[in-house]
Amino acid sequence: MRDEATFRVKAGLAEMLKGGVIMDVVTPEQAKIAEAAGACAVMALERVPADIRRDGGVARMSDPAMIEGIKEAVTIPVMAKARIGHFAEAQVLQALEVDYIDESEVLTPADEVNHVDKWAFEVPFVCGATNLGEALRRIGEGAAMIRSKGEAGTGDIVEAVRHMRMITGQIRRLAALDDTELAAAAKEHQAPLDLVRQVAEAGRLPVVLFCAGGIATPADAALMMQLGAEGVFVGSGIFKSEDPERRAAAVVEATTHYADPARVAAASRGLGTAMTSLESSKLGEGQQLAGRGW
Amino acid sequence: MARPPLVGVLALQGDFAAHEAILAALGATASEVRTPADLAGVDALVIPGGESTTMTLGVEREGLAGPIRALAAEKPVLGTCAGLIMLDQKHLGVLDVVAERNAFGRQVRSFEADLDVHGVNGPVRAVFIRAPWVASYGPDVEVLAEVDGHPVAVRQGRVLAVAFHPELTGDTRIHRLLLDA
Repeated sequence: MRDEATFRVKAGLAEMLKGGVIMDVVTPEQAKIAEAAGACAVMALERVPADIRRDGGVARMSDPAMIEGIKEAVTIPVMAKARIGHFAEAQVLQALEVDYIDESEVLTPADEVNHVDKWAFEVPFVCGATNLGEALRRIGEGAAMIRSKGEAGTGDIVEAVRHMRMITGQIRRLAALDDTELAAAAKEHQAPLDLVRQVAEAGRLPVVLFCAGGIATPADAALMMQLGAEGVFVGSGIFKSEDPERRAAAVVEATTHYADPARVAAASRGLGTAMTSLESSKLGEGQQLAGRGW
Repeated sequence: MARPPLVGVLALQGDFAAHEAILAALGATASEVRTPADLAGVDALVIPGGESTTMTLGVEREGLAGPIRALAAEKPVLGTCAGLIMLDQKHLGVLDVVAERNAFGRQVRSFEADLDVHGVNGPVRAVFIRAPWVASYGPDVEVLAEVDGHPVAVRQGRVLAVAFHPELTGDTRIHRLLLDA
């Protein structure tokens, strides 16, 4: 008897991505560059977040032809983004047999109340979170991997740091609670009690936790790994920089050797200029993506 | 009492932490290997699941291929999934097998199943994730388990490789084979 699409199989692929870097790519050529630099997966999308910000308008799932082109170009896993709550886009991505679906705040939300019921899918989902309650609500809906939201397309790490510290700090506080205090904690976090119990007992999320949103340099990756991320998504940071090949390889190296400052220093040397950045605190009302989803 | 065995776990990328937990449950000491210097004094080596492309590039960058081959000539080695690929003739050349990557298909074809593994009592709950199988193998390779007629667990002397992930189920029996090898 073969059991496909069990939660263990879905969450298991995220386990295999740990310690690695997942890179946003918009063409098969970029996907090949990412793979050759050591990316453990690529995120296929039409525009990187920095361009979505610049262009404005509604950001949607990518053209299937583009996703298929990227699938054919590389052998590493290919992820793709669907809008929050847009289960039909997610169905299309499943029909295309992408390896992971990112229900992403980087795209324009399709439903302001409901996220996708991810249990209904065979393809696993990764979702963004800014705090523990949000992470557990997504896991309750079937997400098999969590990432910080950060503030995508800015090159500013401050929001990813805020979200990662929030999630890991809330986990530590939960682990210190008495069993009888967990129901009240679940209410406070607006999260399912059984998941709150699991986290309190294990001292960690029941799925893999990556960071995303604002990573632009090898030191950014090392910072997030030291703060408890189990791997790194880099969106605009690679292909909006001066020398994508070298920067991509350098972020991979720094993610592996995050605890060795000499290696992070070596990886950071002479990479050319980073992506054009935006200070996230100076973004206007409605320009911050992390507030999308709840 | 003899000191517990020191088992290196290749930690360039992948689910190395899950292997460390299983090894700890067996009373072994696990140590993460990212550079050739990290191999000093290890009694055995695990190459974990992960992305074989990423690991291959990491092994090149760190100059780990020669040191891993030298270690494998003397000491037990276990590779799981990407680790099986890393040990094959197209990669480190430690095992006389050729692996076929993503042989079962993409993630939607990933699965788990009960598997009989030669040398292990009772079925193993085997988790296959974008898993390879062994496409061909030499005369010194013993096949320990098959799925659909394709070898998914093999042994050559003290080198073991499986296409699935015993580290994800909490089952210690495959790692026990490594420590007893």
